[in-house]
Amino acid sequence: MATDHSKRLARWMLAPSVVALLIWMIVPLAATIYYSLFRYNIQRPDTFEFWGFKNYSYFVTDPAFWISLMNTSLIVFGVIIISIVGGTLLGILMNKEFYGRGIARLMVIGPFFIMPSVAALIWKHMFMNSENGLFAIMSKLVGAEPILFLNDYPLASIIVIVAWQWLAFATLILLTALQSLDQEQMEAAEMDGASALSRFRYLTVPHLMRPITIIILIETIFLLAIFAEIFVTTSGGPGNASTNLPWIIYKVGRQSFDAGGAAAGGIIAVVFANIFAIILMKVLGKNLDG
Amino acid sequence: MGNIVLKQVVKRFGEAEVIPPLDLEINDGEFVVFVGPSGCGKSTLLRLIAGLEDVTEGTIEIDGKEVTYAPPAQRGLAMVFQSYALYPHMSVRKNIAFPLKMAGVAQEEIDKKVEHAASILNLANYIDKRPGNLSGGQRQRVAIGRAIVREPSAFLFDEPLSNLDASLRVNMRQEITDLHRELDTTMVYVTHDQVEAMTMADKIVVLHAGVIEQVGSPLELYREPRNRFVAGFIGSPKMNFIEGPAAEKHKAHSIGVRPEHFEVVKKGGDFKGVVLSAEHLGSDTFLRVKMDDGQEILARGSGDVVVNYGDTVALKVEGKIYKFDDQGLAI
Repeated sequence: MATDHSKRLARWMLAPSVVALLIWMIVPLAATIYYSLFRYNIQRPDTFEFWGFKNYSYFVTDPAFWISLMNTSLIVFGVIIISIVGGTLLGILMNKEFYGRGIARLMVIGPFFIMPSVAALIWKHMFMNSENGLFAIMSKLVGAEPILFLNDYPLASIIVIVAWQWLAFATLILLTALQSLDQEQMEAAEMDGASALSRFRYLTVPHLMRPITIIILIETIFLLAIFAEIFVTTSGGPGNASTNLPWIIYKVGRQSFDAGGAAAGGIIAVVFANIFAIILMKVLGKNLDG
Repeated sequence: MGNIVLKQVVKRFGEAEVIPPLDLEINDGEFVVFVGPSGCGKSTLLRLIAGLEDVTEGTIEIDGKEVTYAPPAQRGLAMVFQSYALYPHMSVRKNIAFPLKMAGVAQEEIDKKVEHAASILNLANYIDKRPGNLSGGQRQRVAIGRAIVREPSAFLFDEPLSNLDASLRVNMRQEITDLHRELDTTMVYVTHDQVEAMTMADKIVVLHAGVIEQVGSPLELYREPRNRFVAGFIGSPKMNFIEGPAAEKHKAHSIGVRPEHFEVVKKGGDFKGVVLSAEHLGSDTFLRVKMDDGQEILARGSGDVVVNYGDTVALKVEGKIYKFDDQGLAI
């Protein structure tokens, strides 16, 4: 595969898919950029006119925008921290021999197979409901006032709901990584006088750095776009307390019918996601090479 | 010091008894090799001494102190694993320093000891590399270095050479023997290769199905095997066992003759047969001979014996004939 001939052939063979992918990506991006530069309300097509960067300045000066950026970041960081710390602990637990491990493993991985909207509804009605939810019943049992999770701690509640789903994913990845940890190394460390904690710190954690990096990268992609959980629980409220970037774009586009504004928001979200990705790769990229 | 005593040690995995009651004494400064076919319990025995497996019954003493239930780190032993078990995320220097760091030794002291170990084992050139970038032999040295710095009362080796190629194995064998002479510390070495056992050991422990078949110096085992198993296991190529009338002539159930104790003769001789194959190595000639009654014999002749497939040869025994009863015990 190294001769000039085979390289040239490879380029020709690759060309169609590269072109197709380029079109696939460029056309929607170009259309979004195009509409973001126009005043375009779907209900009033007669007002269609060129607006330059007005859509952008309106979007950025909306006080909800900065809150949404903050909330988006909090969801990403919160869920990643919970899923990695929890996933490591659960992974270590699931890696131990115990009776009924097969079923326990299945149940731990279960939440990942539940659709986001369903998962959020389960939490909303079965756990967080202030009358009949499990948490409310538990509070009443100890004589405490039930907590109104979705009203008083909307963002934290959403982070918990999302983390519940992604915890399963992190556990799955980390468990398989733990299974590939060489037991002779562990025994060697034991003979070298390393305590269980030292073995975790000097052997397990370095071994898990690569899967953890992969988990962070994959989760970030999905967590930046969390929508269904907010849609079925808080609708971004109360106020803007649980509004993230996708939600604010949805609000502009579908509730105010402002297609131009939503397009501008979409482009800002693309830029934001890229900044996020560049920072992540700078910080974590070295964990990915051998 | 490095005196290890096992008293009535038993190991069971569930129902399966891997090691029936076993007594063994390893003296200070000895190079002891556990040898036996795979699955004979030699690695398990080593792991029991190391403390990586729990003893089911019996006691283990190291330097007169009972350590049967002591955790591995407190036994003062160092182990070299078959896979070397180096820590992949640490440089060679940090790998070697790890046991000292865990013991809370001061950094200057650690540096000094690591430098010393590195110079003994010629590790200086790649001390800052990671194990992944080293060759098999280099990794092996790092693993030994990590064991040395702890200044253990005894070293445990678990088939340390089995992942190396043949020529490197011979070199490392020599290096470990030299190291033993230099450090004068007890070494317990597990292998399935009887050549390693013969060349390295002060004392060989032959294990079979968890039972110690015989303990002795290499030549003792070679000259005075206690039973057919030891006779067949020690020595290369394997001893020939002959049954039937030829054995009855010696009042034994079977007799054993080592290939090197045959001489190829023109006439007479003790055995006669047809050559099935002749390997001319220059220095020696190995002949596979099929006798009239169907039994096969491997004989080593001198390099100038010229025979070919299908020739009829006579073999004369020029050495000891080992005699065994129907239980396989030496008579």
